[in-house]
Amino acid sequence: MGWNDMQPLLVQATQETLWMVGLAALATVLLGLPLGLLLALTRRGGLLANAPVNKLVGTVVNVGRSLPFVILIVAIIPFTRWVTGTTLGWQAATVPLAVGAIPFFARLVETAVADVDGGLIEAVQAMGGGAWTVVRKALLPEALPALISALTTTVIALIGYSAMAGTVGGGGLGTLAINYGYMRFETTFMWVIAAELVVLVTLVQLVGEGLARSLDHKRPAAASRWTFRRSVPTQTSAAPEAAETAAQETELTGSALR
Amino acid sequence: MITTSDLRKVYRAQGRPGSTTEIAALDGVDLHVRQGEVYGVVGTSGAGKSTLIRCVNLLERPTSGSVSVDGRELTTLSPAELRETRRSIGMVFQHFNLLARRTVAENVELPLELAGLSRRERAAKAAELLDLVGLADKAKAYPAQLSGGQKQRVGIARAVAGDPKVLLSDEATSALDPETTRSILQLLRDLNRQLGLTVLLITHEMDVIKSVCDSAALMRGGRVVESGTLHELLERPGSELARQLFPLGEGEPLQGSTLVDITFQGEATAQPFISQLSRTYNVDVSIVGAAVETVGGRQVGRMRVSLPGSFEENVVPIGFLREQGLQVEVAA
Repeated sequence: MGWNDMQPLLVQATQETLWMVGLAALATVLLGLPLGLLLALTRRGGLLANAPVNKLVGTVVNVGRSLPFVILIVAIIPFTRWVTGTTLGWQAATVPLAVGAIPFFARLVETAVADVDGGLIEAVQAMGGGAWTVVRKALLPEALPALISALTTTVIALIGYSAMAGTVGGGGLGTLAINYGYMRFETTFMWVIAAELVVLVTLVQLVGEGLARSLDHKRPAAASRWTFRRSVPTQTSAAPEAAETAAQETELTGSALR
Repeated sequence: MITTSDLRKVYRAQGRPGSTTEIAALDGVDLHVRQGEVYGVVGTSGAGKSTLIRCVNLLERPTSGSVSVDGRELTTLSPAELRETRRSIGMVFQHFNLLARRTVAENVELPLELAGLSRRERAAKAAELLDLVGLADKAKAYPAQLSGGQKQRVGIARAVAGDPKVLLSDEATSALDPETTRSILQLLRDLNRQLGLTVLLITHEMDVIKSVCDSAALMRGGRVVESGTLHELLERPGSELARQLFPLGEGEPLQGSTLVDITFQGEATAQPFISQLSRTYNVDVSIVGAAVETVGGRQVGRMRVSLPGSFEENVVPIGFLREQGLQVEVAA
């Protein structure tokens, strides 16, 4: 199988993967962000401390995170059909992808928001801000770099899941790798696809990390908006944090893929 | 301006299963801060002073008792009314609590955003305030690029941005070095004078009380054990705060001698009473300890002297000192 045969297949599969990951990521942010915020706010000692709500939402999120992804795909087939009208192709795969990623992202959001210094919440309250003002003026803006990192981790996990969705006809690069690389023994093609996934993941990681850093004004050195551009090619100053996020990530994806 | 009456705050701590212990952080506090004064509450950590100041803007809700600021009873307000009232109470924090992702100017503008001012009004007000605190050139910097003292200046500018009537300062200088502490205290004093701002500050440092406060209260175990204007305190016999403000050391009385604490302020400071005493009664006076300071623009001093002989033998010289308008206490 030559490059000319591979190229159109690759282009189409890449588009499918990007659509699926993109739409799933969008749904994850739209639903996971409020969910994570709710978890952080209703925690004990939180702004809207509410044990029953926290317990309920926490349980739902934990159940969502415990289900192995392959089982999730099958389990929510009726829901998928109701949303997209089909159970095959990338459109159908988007639904379980989002459903799997929402609780995962919600937990990351919860951590990011809960990490915001309680003194900032008090400062906003002391100047007459209510709960919503605190969320809008202090919690979300201050947690933004951490939220971007969380989203980066989630999108990378989504790329991984999306390849898995390929095993059950979900379309995208995963399906291509299974159908051609595995079933038809096109080993070279499989490696090409694997390489493309590596590039995709690396790009997401770099962009996410750079964006998070450029938004973070906690350290004096990171204050300039230009650090993002400079730090991407050199990567030297990023080493300790990169190692940290990488470690966190393996742990998280590990548990998500159980 | 600020009045608390019989303020109590009880925390329930979970002890062994089934039993809870109650800890009273505030145990009936009556505080009265007059309009336009700088009022300092001093005490060791755990005395309840932090809980007290947080009760004044209801960041902490008291278990019982009342808090009124500018004639408004806070504990009975609805949440919306409370938020409205908090806009007229500025607060400065020990750890500054600046938003790291906002520039200095944006931090100062935050209370103005909450008050619904337009972008132009906010920018003008922020520039004016940064000028006032001496940070006009740092408007576009982020808090992480500032020193501790500069951060606190931003915190103060932010606290007074909404033109509050009252400023609460929660250990505002405790994280700063002595030099910076002095300049921040000076700034608070200036704002007090220029804007007519009533300031309630809490601190564990007597120096803070001495350098900026008009009045002070000493807290211990959730209670105010002593309070008054600094001048009242100095004139009050046996005042613990006066003793702590002007420590004279614990000089051991010499065998067969009498230790006397003398407090003098105002015109009395100019009088050479020691040499007069010595000459008139032919007694040898030795000074065990002494401190002279300027409090609220007036010179005040405390001195511990040792007079030879027992108290009975020294009744006349002590009477002489009292006649001079000095406050005299026999320590031993």
